[in-house]
Amino acid sequence: MIGIGFVYCVAGSFFATCAILGLADRRWANTLFHGLLATSFFAGDRIGDLSNGVLVLALVAIATSGRMRRGETAEAAAPHGPLLALALVIPAVALGGTFLFKQMPALVDSRQATLIALATGVLLALALCWAVLRRTPLEGVRAGRRLLDEIGWAAVMPQLLASLGAVFALAGVGEVVGGLVGQAIPAGSVLGAAIAYGLGMALFTIVMGNAFAAFPVMAAAVGIPLLVRQYGGDPAPVAAIGMLAGFCGTLLTPMAANFNIVPAALLELEDRYGVIRAQVATALPLLLFNILLLWWVVR
Amino acid sequence: MLVLSGVAIIALGFLLRFNPLLVIVVAALVTGLAAGLDPLAVLARFGHAFNETRYVTAIYMVLPVIGLLERAGLQARARSLVAGLKGLTAGRFLTGYLLFRQLSAALGLTAIAGPAQTVRPLVAPMAEAAADVQDRGDAERVRALAAATDNVGLFFGEDIFIAIGSILLMKGVLDGYGIHIEPFHLSVWAIPTAIAAFLIHGFRLWRLDRRRARAAR
Repeated sequence: MIGIGFVYCVAGSFFATCAILGLADRRWANTLFHGLLATSFFAGDRIGDLSNGVLVLALVAIATSGRMRRGETAEAAAPHGPLLALALVIPAVALGGTFLFKQMPALVDSRQATLIALATGVLLALALCWAVLRRTPLEGVRAGRRLLDEIGWAAVMPQLLASLGAVFALAGVGEVVGGLVGQAIPAGSVLGAAIAYGLGMALFTIVMGNAFAAFPVMAAAVGIPLLVRQYGGDPAPVAAIGMLAGFCGTLLTPMAANFNIVPAALLELEDRYGVIRAQVATALPLLLFNILLLWWVVR
Repeated sequence: MLVLSGVAIIALGFLLRFNPLLVIVVAALVTGLAAGLDPLAVLARFGHAFNETRYVTAIYMVLPVIGLLERAGLQARARSLVAGLKGLTAGRFLTGYLLFRQLSAALGLTAIAGPAQTVRPLVAPMAEAAADVQDRGDAERVRALAAATDNVGLFFGEDIFIAIGSILLMKGVLDGYGIHIEPFHLSVWAIPTAIAAFLIHGFRLWRLDRRRARAAR
């Protein structure tokens, strides 16, 4: 059966080829970084938890050394060929494949249908580029490596933050924060509880980088005991709007690196926090809206 | 209380602009130690979580295709497509993209667009062309807004889809309290905020056009 392993094979092959190309260019730090990533993608399930931990430490050591070099600028050719159509191959295959693969549970792991479709789209797009534009997949990896070098060590930041979340959960950070927020609410005030819940979701999401980590905590501290049980609010809007208040926090935090930091690197912005700055004026009014909506629903 | 030291390290580390990766690993180690785990157990736990979340990093496999098409002139093609459309401003273009992203995410199609798949190769250059940017700082603001629009559209569209991760998480948490709710009921309550997000962000994009029109005069 085709599963997530296929996706890791495609991604791992890209990282491995980047590492080999880096050897030829004597970009040692980049080579080591990409080589470790390839190792993780190909052998991560076999080397054990502790070795994976050591691998992470090595990645961080390379990133902190400051020796990773950025991508060299490359000139773009004058446009020719059906470029826009080719650019839509990946989204189209991701879309069609997600539906198709869900119908083939014997052949494809349906829980991973989207990622598998995405990887299939990448391979198909590379093949089409080769056939139509006469540009080989190896050229593709070279061009892709430039973009990956542009992102640099920030490429693994989202994955590291997700792992930090697991350690936080293990240590019970959520329960402690939830307890603190629960103590801060004035008794008998629906508006106070709505503010504590909505603002708590946003603030805890800013710290954790992920509303998913904040929701169970704030639901346990304020949402369920106060808004639902004590003030008799409908649990569906309390849960749904609380989660969306958390999403407003996601727009404001560098901890949500895959949404806020990686795009800034990918778009080659000078300001690492440029995307967050562009989101503040949407996130804050929307957070206010969510808190007022919560209050209106429960009251 | 001691386990919050990791949170403090994160906040301080980002504020003092240490390397974020180093800050994250130190925070994880300190949090684990504060919770009474031995250092090797924390490292193993961190390594395990890192291995389980590789799918986050797998998205970079699209870069060879994007890079290749860019070398073949994709951004210039995207720009010329937009430059040919009279009356298309950056604000109007991004509002259209916001609507597309919200609607497609509401149908569960979250992976068809994103910073690597669509924003860098298509949306950002198209927005720049529509804005007729004058200098680098100007281009940087438009590009950042393009990435921001993609995020806003995704976040405040996806929760309308009933089978998305956050809806399933909410259902799971509520089940734990003996409160049983259909996913549909949760997703309906994502609609008011989705509309508010469209209006607020759309208003900002409209103001962007007004500011630019005034500056041009």
